[in-house]
Amino acid sequence: MEWETVIGLEIHAQLSTKSKIFSGSSTAYGAAPNVQANLVDLGYPGVLPVLNREAVRMAVKFGLAIDAKIARHSVFARKNYFYPDLPKGYQISQYELPIVADGSLEIVLDDGTRKRIGITRAHLEEDAGKSIHEGLPGVTGIDLNRAGTPLIEIVSEPDMRSAKEAVAYMKKVHTLVRYLEICDGNMQEGSFRCDANVSVRPKGSDRFGTRTEIKNLNSFRFVEKAINYEVARQIDILESGGKVVQETRLYDPDRGETRSMRTKEEANDYRYFPDPDLLPLVLDDAFIDEVRASLPELPDQKAARFSEQYGLSAYDAGVLTASRELADYYEEVVRRVPGEPKLAANWVMVELAAALNRDGVEITESRVSAGRLAGLLNRIVDNTISGKIAKEVFEAMWTSGRDADTIIEEKGLRQITDTAAIEKAIDEVLAANPKQLAEYRAGKDKLFGFFVGQVMKATKGKANPAQLNELLKKKLQG
Amino acid sequence: MSLTREQIESIAHLARLELNVTEIPVYQESLSRILDFVGELERADTSGIEPMSHPLPGLSQRLRPDVVTEEDRRELYQANAPRVEAGLYIVPKVIE
Repeated sequence: MEWETVIGLEIHAQLSTKSKIFSGSSTAYGAAPNVQANLVDLGYPGVLPVLNREAVRMAVKFGLAIDAKIARHSVFARKNYFYPDLPKGYQISQYELPIVADGSLEIVLDDGTRKRIGITRAHLEEDAGKSIHEGLPGVTGIDLNRAGTPLIEIVSEPDMRSAKEAVAYMKKVHTLVRYLEICDGNMQEGSFRCDANVSVRPKGSDRFGTRTEIKNLNSFRFVEKAINYEVARQIDILESGGKVVQETRLYDPDRGETRSMRTKEEANDYRYFPDPDLLPLVLDDAFIDEVRASLPELPDQKAARFSEQYGLSAYDAGVLTASRELADYYEEVVRRVPGEPKLAANWVMVELAAALNRDGVEITESRVSAGRLAGLLNRIVDNTISGKIAKEVFEAMWTSGRDADTIIEEKGLRQITDTAAIEKAIDEVLAANPKQLAEYRAGKDKLFGFFVGQVMKATKGKANPAQLNELLKKKLQG
Repeated sequence: MSLTREQIESIAHLARLELNVTEIPVYQESLSRILDFVGELERADTSGIEPMSHPLPGLSQRLRPDVVTEEDRRELYQANAPRVEAGLYIVPKVIE
């Protein structure tokens, strides 16, 4: 039987506020345990949560960016469960009336087509603390610094049909929250993570199969692997006549498999109810308009502008706008190398990206600044060096931290554009290879490349390629 | 409305309350009476009335500026904890 995969994601994005959602504790990452956990975060009796305005503003910003409805009236609810990482015995979340509802994003599939992914809702809630097991035999240590950190939980429709689509969607949300500057997107630190709801059904069926939920996936690679494993597991069960059990599962990256997890509570036992400590959140048009005015150019808008303004393919525009920092870098190069947006795109996407990737550095820490890269490209444009030599110069710039002109001078890489010098080199190569010359003249056209290679070798790659081609053709004709 | 024994056991579990055998029928009876009492509300005609999430009509949530106002008082707070180690609150082992 042919099966169809159905995936929905719940993404948790930590909002980059300075203080917690309901208290004045710091949210800075990496502090000593529990130094950022005050009476509200610790769940002491008699304390009153007061909502952080900035967290509300960030949630609204996200809602506007996904073209969603912003609730003028939303309500905080208590989600009850007993777990020591949440000392109150409940998590303050939103249930029936979330702040953001009914939005969508577009992802680009492998074949270049675009697909709309619905976003059911995005609600504000508080994060829980951390449980620590290592080095504590027989007990669990609790660090509540993270308890009360603001989150938005972004709940998609079950619109994705493969692990690849799920990853494309998650990347899109990741790019968006960073553009909006509402989340740092740091997945290692847990600022951006997701739960995947996965089910399979016979292809063509319009009913959903029983789903499982894979918790706490904190890398794009894990999302893809966990979903693929889970899909295969469910198909195996169904094809051998079994039934998928609705449950929460955990992905084990070391073993590359998902396994059943002890459930906190069944979903219908969370006993949500409106939190009596918090009044309804009411937003007026002035608040929403103010947030709207603060929206930056969004990734899709930027990509469309890049395509139009710089004549880039949709793919290239998508890659160059994957982060705001990369897009800014590219545009600075373009400004400094007028009329060469495609050359700039190739260099940023190929040479620069490879170097960043190889050394594991972010674009903001690139060892070759946009200004320096532009300096190099200008030497290609004005024929001082060839594109091939430029790669060598780029490597030297990357390792030495010096500019292109200094390296070109020092290494004597300036291109040979003097016709007489190139002709001399050609004559020497032809004289040294009489056999190949005769063969070429007898019709073996393929040998043209051989001669180009020999002349380049003789000039240490510095002969201007266009001139060389032209002069060589003439000489070969005799 | 009458609650079953199983319902009482489930409610007690969710609230992490330990009930002994003699207590169960007591709660069965008294909680059922409370539900009956509150159940009288169902007889009121609420058509056209918007559900209320808070008993203070006309008031809405105050927002605070995003400013860190709390300082580290871990030592003081942890003085109340039964067990602390290396700054962590220590609890019985939680297995995921």
